Amino acid sequence: MGRKLLLEHINVPGINTFEVYRQKGGYRAVEKALKSLSPEDVVEEVKKSGLRGRGGAGFPTGMKWSFLAKPEGKPRYLVCNGDESEPGTFKDRYLMTHIPHLLIEGMIVSSYALGANTSYIYVRGEMMPQIRILEKAIAEAKNAGFLGKNILGSGFDLELYVQPGGGAYICGEETALIESLEGKRGNPRIKPPFPAISGLYNCPTVVNNVESIAATVPIINDGGEEYAKIGIGRSTGTKLISASGNLNRPGVYEIELGVPVEEFIYSEEYCGGIANGKRLKAVVAGGSSVPILPTNLILKTVNGESRLMTYESLADGGFASGTMLGSGGFIAYDEDQCIVRNTWNFSRFYHHESCGQCSPCREGTGWMEKVLHRLEYGHGKLSDIDLLVDVSKKIEGNTICPLGDAAAWPVASAIRHFRDEFEWHVTNPQEAMTRNYGLAHYADPLPKVEPVTAS
Amino acid sequence: MLKISETDEIVFAPELITKFNEIVSRYPEGKQKSALLPILHLVQAEYGWVSTAAMDKVAEYLHLKPIEVYEVATFYTMFFLKPLGKYVLEVCRTGPCHIVGAEKIMKHIEQKLGVREGEVTADGLFSWRGVECLAACGMAPVLQIGPEYTYYENLTEAKVDELIDSLRLTTAEKPQIN
Repeated sequence: MGRKLLLEHINVPGINTFEVYRQKGGYRAVEKALKSLSPEDVVEEVKKSGLRGRGGAGFPTGMKWSFLAKPEGKPRYLVCNGDESEPGTFKDRYLMTHIPHLLIEGMIVSSYALGANTSYIYVRGEMMPQIRILEKAIAEAKNAGFLGKNILGSGFDLELYVQPGGGAYICGEETALIESLEGKRGNPRIKPPFPAISGLYNCPTVVNNVESIAATVPIINDGGEEYAKIGIGRSTGTKLISASGNLNRPGVYEIELGVPVEEFIYSEEYCGGIANGKRLKAVVAGGSSVPILPTNLILKTVNGESRLMTYESLADGGFASGTMLGSGGFIAYDEDQCIVRNTWNFSRFYHHESCGQCSPCREGTGWMEKVLHRLEYGHGKLSDIDLLVDVSKKIEGNTICPLGDAAAWPVASAIRHFRDEFEWHVTNPQEAMTRNYGLAHYADPLPKVEPVTAS
Repeated sequence: MLKISETDEIVFAPELITKFNEIVSRYPEGKQKSALLPILHLVQAEYGWVSTAAMDKVAEYLHLKPIEVYEVATFYTMFFLKPLGKYVLEVCRTGPCHIVGAEKIMKHIEQKLGVREGEVTADGLFSWRGVECLAACGMAPVLQIGPEYTYYENLTEAKVDELIDSLRLTTAEKPQIN
């Protein structure tokens, strides 16, 4: 069994209440930080932990914190990103539902470290039940003296508020989130200036994912060094993985970074294998934006090494044969799934969610959706496949925010790895309407690569 | 069943204004525009949708130009800019839900209610629409119903029937006064 730092007490009845959470050692991190550590010490511990942003980008959290400008006379803000809209990702909703005080505790510790006296948790509007849960948790914490003025006699003040979004994927991008929190359309800002210099209300701001903030609690409790002992290399600590798709046991799992992908999919501790006795065809390992990989490449790298659930191992091989850990939205596709249809579905999503600011994304996502639709419905041409690659290349890197890249990668990778399935849709339009392409050769093990010895 | 029509004048109840005031107090002085999204949610919960007259009133309350409210209400997909049914079934249609049967669920809802996506049943009770990922992929397929946005997870056709029937029954027991 892997160590559980975030979900250790998840099954304790009443853990969503302040009382039970406190009995289980909750709010110790606040006591420790406020009574015995300086804000700089807290930042230092988070740096030592090697914690990387859990929202998808994987940027070191401690480093992000250290960029925060501290001009005289200007408030600083911590904003928690609970927009969680990346298809395949539902870990933050799970955490906020079942153990809301972990997030509140993390917010207090992190706000203290950053010197923020007003902090916001931005939660997507669809999660209204979770917003109510958090508001209740905040009221309980305030009642117990962990929020408000002069917390635990430390002189540190903090007010914490929950802000609902309005149903826009783009607001998960930190500058769009800030715009939305200011009551505007969620159009991402041009960077620089980065939020650390000029964010919410043009004040220095840090935006962190729910899970990143929650992870500061065990980091402060046990120390950054202890946290960094878990995991492999630069992938330290534990990560919540949202497992969905054709799995026997979909759900949220806390893993120690470094678990082999194969173990994660097939072991009884985690997903328990593919549902209905089917075979695995493909996996999207880190939310819909990351490249899709066929079974052979998700289980092993091209060098025949076992693929691990770490930032580095999943990215091994670059986009030619690798993918990304992203937000940990792990979607498994069985042999009955159609890659063309799935790619069309994702393209429709990105088209729907493009904010419309940048032409390559606004026009390109719609164009890709249209072309994929005709491929799926038997009206495609072979040249459409190259057209898709071409359009995706022209979106990638040419937009203000990463939504353009996120829209381009799933299309480009699906064609890269499943081109024959796209071609089959063109050459057998009638058949493609009645049945799926199936597994083809995608589950075959890779031929052994002879190790190259350096001479 | 509709509480307000397109042309109805809007007067916010004092209790609603109290809630607005509490929301505005969460932000620094002069940053009351931040309250726009939470207030629009309250308006929709109150009236079932967000009419132009309601947006104008929100603008007045927050000292904004009406366009600042319109541009926000039209950007965020959760706000209904035309009247819909009392219960709007919002079914996730994205990737993970899609591969475990979201389309089948939507077809079933369409047949059961007898209205197409975005339309309202004759009794004014129901509408349905496909929405993008609701962050419940492990419990797919999933739908939710506002204004509480309760999640209904691991849907089957039978569960959908049960849900719709129970909502009909609830409404029949407690008739809505218009």
